[in-house]
Amino acid sequence: MYVAVKGGERAIANAHAWLAEERRGDPGVPELSIAQIREQQRLAVDRVMTEGSLYDPDLAALALKQARGDQVEAIFLLRAYRTTLARFGASLPLETGRMTVRRRVSAIFKDVPGGQVLGPTFDYTHRLLDFTLAANGEPPAAPVAEAPLADTLPPVIDVLNRERLIEAEVVPADEAPPADLTREPLRFPASRAMRLQNLARGDEGFLLALGYSTQRGYGRNHPFAGEIRFGEVTVELEAPELGFAVELGDIELTECQMVNQFAGSKTEPPQFTRGYGTSFGHGERKAMAMALVDRSLRAAELGEEVSSPAQDTEFVLYHSDNVEAQGFVQHLKLPHYVDFQSELTVIRAMRRAAAQTAEAALAEAAE
Amino acid sequence: MEKTDDIASRKRRLAALARTDRDALEGALRRITPVPRYDVVKPAETGLVMVRGRAGGTGAPFNLGEMTVTRCVVRGEDGALGVGYVAGRDRRKAELVAVFDALLQDPARAQALEDDVIAPAEQRRQVQRARTLARAAATRVDFFTVVRGE
Repeated sequence: MYVAVKGGERAIANAHAWLAEERRGDPGVPELSIAQIREQQRLAVDRVMTEGSLYDPDLAALALKQARGDQVEAIFLLRAYRTTLARFGASLPLETGRMTVRRRVSAIFKDVPGGQVLGPTFDYTHRLLDFTLAANGEPPAAPVAEAPLADTLPPVIDVLNRERLIEAEVVPADEAPPADLTREPLRFPASRAMRLQNLARGDEGFLLALGYSTQRGYGRNHPFAGEIRFGEVTVELEAPELGFAVELGDIELTECQMVNQFAGSKTEPPQFTRGYGTSFGHGERKAMAMALVDRSLRAAELGEEVSSPAQDTEFVLYHSDNVEAQGFVQHLKLPHYVDFQSELTVIRAMRRAAAQTAEAALAEAAE
Repeated sequence: MEKTDDIASRKRRLAALARTDRDALEGALRRITPVPRYDVVKPAETGLVMVRGRAGGTGAPFNLGEMTVTRCVVRGEDGALGVGYVAGRDRRKAELVAVFDALLQDPARAQALEDDVIAPAEQRRQVQRARTLARAAATRVDFFTVVRGE
């Protein structure tokens, strides 16, 4: 229970003024620009866009600056901002197979058409601090090959699944619009579309831990990274003023296709099943974790025993959103004076009752 | 209703305009004499588009997350409606795209604008893409097999 508490206005205003000063830090150090954050803290920007569920690199950079680098606070700011805008419509589904690829690797097929393309990756770095970065050196230009990659690289699974040992993703005949969590509450059983939207917005740390738990044996599903790709995808919108789909521009996107062992069921032959993960920008760890959890949440549908947290749809979907989670945890900071007073009264009464019982027992024993 | 060819070329031009930065569009507009006049039918407005993906990349659609988009509608001197839809929040850019969309529907102007605005934009995009793909190609792994000794 909350009661109106007055009298804090001046303290709050002064606290916010101090916060603004702390945000700026030492005035002798040059202030960060939004463009600097957007260009040089790009992966932080990408995470804020993904979990803020809004693709706009400048706004995400602004949110990070305002939040002093606190990711969840920045995500909250972006979620709040989006509520001020009208929805023009929904894009045509992205054609990730037509991505302009900067990175594409497969851990299951060595010789994929187009090859294993590492792109700008932290993989294979030694994780040693690079002190030349502290000296503001410009990096040497990255090498350029004489022959570029093909304009598009077809998805690995579709190309190499000739024996049909990996399940195919099927477009349903019924083209009803997918569930939208920004307009309707979670409902159970949750459709795959609802789960994927929830996971795409979900906290990376939470999904990473759940994905890891499946690898350690809590709902094991034997994953392989079928394909990970990162690059640019065109977004198209059916514009009512035009009567045809118009290209709005390109967004950066990461996609992960997990391939998982499956023993088969009464209706399905033994085959590999799939989990899917995606994120705005370059978010490989998030996309992989999401793909693991997408697959583990398919346990019931595939007739597998549901015994672990990562397979429990309600548990996962109700706790994945970091804006909701931080709100409920942090609301504990708000005044609970009256609740606590009533709890104190109860505890005092219980103590009195316990003392009286003990006294009575003592008197009885003495007699 | 427009003819299919007209729709295809208008789509292509709008795609090029959406990827052209505002300064380049302002510059191109300044190069036109006399300065074209137009009325704003629907003022530039920023809103959201829900970006949809597909499960597994090719399966059933789902809502991935939103993006900011700005749109604008203008009417050119000859009455042609110009429509601009661009990613992001740049209202002036959406208006400029709408203006060029209206101007490009005038057969007397189309070729000049195609040469001055659309073709350079498409070429810039092609060069950028080729550069990205050449860098990516430089990071392709060349596997070689190590032959074991007898």
